[in-house]
Amino acid sequence: MRKLNYFFGTLMGLTLLLFGCKPGGDGSGNGALASSAAEKVYVAPGEQDEFYAFLSGGYSGNLTVYGLPSGRMFKEIPVFSQFPTSGYGYSEETKPMLNTSHGFIPWDDLHHPDISQTNGELDGRWIFVNGNNTPRIARISLSTFETEEIIEIPNSAGNHSSAFITENTEYVIAGTRFAVPVPQRDMPINEYKGNFKGALSFISVNPEDGRLDLKFQVMMPGFNYDLSHPGRGKSHGWHFFSTYNTEEANSLMEVNSSQNDKDFIAAINWKKIEEFVNNGGGTKMATNYAHNVYNEETHTGTSTMVKEVLTVDPTEVPGAVFFLPTPKSPHGCDVDPSGEYIIGAGKLSADLTVHSFTKMLEAIEAEKFDGEAYGIPILKFEDVMAGVVKSGGLGPLHTEFDSSGNAYTTFFISSEVVKWKLETWEVVDRKPTFYSVGHLMIPGGNSRKPFGKYVVAMNKITKDRYLPTGPEMEHSAQIYDISGEKMELIYDFPTHGEPHYAAGCPADLLRANSKKIYRLDENKHPYAVTSPDQARVERNGNEVHIYMSTIRSHFTPDNIEGVKVGDKVYFHITNHEQDFDVPHGFSMLGQNTSEILVMPGQTKTSVWEPKQVGVWPFYCTDFCSALHQEMQGYVRVSPANANIDLSWSLGE
Amino acid sequence: MKTTHLKIVMGSLFAVLLLFGCKNGNQKETTSADSETTEETVKQGQAFIEDDGSTPNVLQIAIGSPDHTTLVAAVQAANLENALVNAGPLMVFAPTNAAFDALPEGTVENLLKPENKDALANILKHHVTPGNYSKEFLKKFKKLGQANDQNTTIEVKDGEVYVGGAKIVASISAGNGIVHVVDAVILPPEN
Repeated sequence: MRKLNYFFGTLMGLTLLLFGCKPGGDGSGNGALASSAAEKVYVAPGEQDEFYAFLSGGYSGNLTVYGLPSGRMFKEIPVFSQFPTSGYGYSEETKPMLNTSHGFIPWDDLHHPDISQTNGELDGRWIFVNGNNTPRIARISLSTFETEEIIEIPNSAGNHSSAFITENTEYVIAGTRFAVPVPQRDMPINEYKGNFKGALSFISVNPEDGRLDLKFQVMMPGFNYDLSHPGRGKSHGWHFFSTYNTEEANSLMEVNSSQNDKDFIAAINWKKIEEFVNNGGGTKMATNYAHNVYNEETHTGTSTMVKEVLTVDPTEVPGAVFFLPTPKSPHGCDVDPSGEYIIGAGKLSADLTVHSFTKMLEAIEAEKFDGEAYGIPILKFEDVMAGVVKSGGLGPLHTEFDSSGNAYTTFFISSEVVKWKLETWEVVDRKPTFYSVGHLMIPGGNSRKPFGKYVVAMNKITKDRYLPTGPEMEHSAQIYDISGEKMELIYDFPTHGEPHYAAGCPADLLRANSKKIYRLDENKHPYAVTSPDQARVERNGNEVHIYMSTIRSHFTPDNIEGVKVGDKVYFHITNHEQDFDVPHGFSMLGQNTSEILVMPGQTKTSVWEPKQVGVWPFYCTDFCSALHQEMQGYVRVSPANANIDLSWSLGE
Repeated sequence: MKTTHLKIVMGSLFAVLLLFGCKNGNQKETTSADSETTEETVKQGQAFIEDDGSTPNVLQIAIGSPDHTTLVAAVQAANLENALVNAGPLMVFAPTNAAFDALPEGTVENLLKPENKDALANILKHHVTPGNYSKEFLKKFKKLGQANDQNTTIEVKDGEVYVGGAKIVASISAGNGIVHVVDAVILPPEN
């Protein structure tokens, strides 16, 4: 029997080989079957992906989690935006996470994710992201996949050359794109030049718990600090920022900041500055910024305002800051896995400029400077340049690396990914993207140890790639297999929001650490009830606190009376489930907020200010169980002057 | 259990083959993956999307103009269609047919030869600026950085604007930028 089947199988296999059809006989097909692209991206039902990919959600303010190579989205992690799906930014516990010196801000523009590293290799503890608009850096746990910390960056604006981490996660680095008056003050805009500053912030990361601390800010000239990447290996201890608008123009930037043939890559020896600061250097300056921390045991975020920041004038630390001339308003600033090459992608250019770290050190040693800008030495282009990649493309933006000495650069205008070789600078392959690619990502492609199997190209323009959905569409991304000499397009999928950058890692790095439940016996929320007999309702003036628990399939309590119009009612809900993937939700009719979703063992608080007399129902918003439809309750709301006592019940 | 599954799978495959076997019966597929990809590169991209609703882009404007047939032929020969239809913004200085005719005899024919594709692309890219400026606004500039990585000059004479020596004779707004019709081919400066 078995033999017969094998025989039959072999026969069928042969038949397929001999007579298999090529798709699209007119040659316009993408050759998916012929090149086994389908096989390469197919993750069978029940199987899991090989890599995690964390894609920036751009103006959604969120971070999305995908699998590679399937392109399936697993989760949207709310970071800088309110998120009704979980109640993030709506629950009392998470509102403080969105606090800033400008008050509560329900949104930001999330750009660049970066996974924590140890010895230059991904370690999978945290992922850091930047909020671009109201400058912030967030740290997300890769065990709970929740936002644990957000720190506002003072003296900064358009927080774009962020959030990039050093190779032992010593610092997460955040550079300002827009120069601003420091401190902020009322002054004429056209006095920008020479007066505005560009703050580069070095935020230390506690190796134990990841806690952030804004250690110092380097107050650079008022250029635009566009993107950055850390040195690694031999260049560990340095950080490189691309700049544009070294003209210091303040209007019609598209013309006026493109007048100089070359702008700079700023090379910052942060170890030297750290030493300076540790020896008492730098100037303390009054400021005001929010530092928001989420505590996993109390399930609660707290926001603290910080009033002081340590600033460093780069001219006071000799040998710490240099400018490397780089053509045509460089955008991407990427460092290869060895740490030797710093790639500047002049976005109005056709070519890539590659600087050599070794040559840079030699030029510094020999003091071969070509003038200075605001006291910062400028190195000679010819002395630091290692090579030029004559790409033949238009509008280079970003570069990632594999582990075999190849680099991959996106070109926005010519809409393609170009593969080239480090050291020979020779272009070896190019593939179109659909359309107008921005960032690209190779898992670990920004570390000492890239996993060069796939590259994901994230595009700005979608147009006809998918079924049309009106004028507004999700952005498209393409996955290329880069395991061979030539790149092969194997998949195309829509992304959520606008992915600016992404970070990826092998699934095995995170899979085992992913938390399944919060332990109820570790819940230290001040309003938690750890057993249903602690459920109660309490009045404090016009505040009513309802200590509520949930279990399949009821709320305790589920009938509440004695609430009055004008009260502020807090539902503190503890989910007593201790079973993986059994959240309960809560929503109240007429409540001016979103629902909340409470994970097993967690406590969350939802506020309701009833305005109308009546008997109003609440219910569980998550289909939790076979009796989910029965998971409901009522609150009786009486007139403000009623004398009905506060009371609750369940099953009476 | 396993063998039963296998049987079912193979059986289904057989049925599928019977039902949907090659319609065109073309069995001598020798095209290599590489040449297929090249074909794909040429035929796909934003330049080939059908879209009647949007304002025409710079390429569509050129294609639609009877005075620019030489330019369009050159763009096609250099495979630059997709570079002219992206979000840009792009400012294209479009020499007329007459401007191309004014070049020394044989120049255009020579450039259109496949072996001169790179030289042709370089010249064409020298007619493209990342930006979108009206003729009036261009008077503020002394130079422009062109897509081939070289600069060109802007001069104002008697109220007229000359780009690399070519006079702007008309301007048409495009969905992704602007087309300035010029009366001469702008040759890139020698390095």
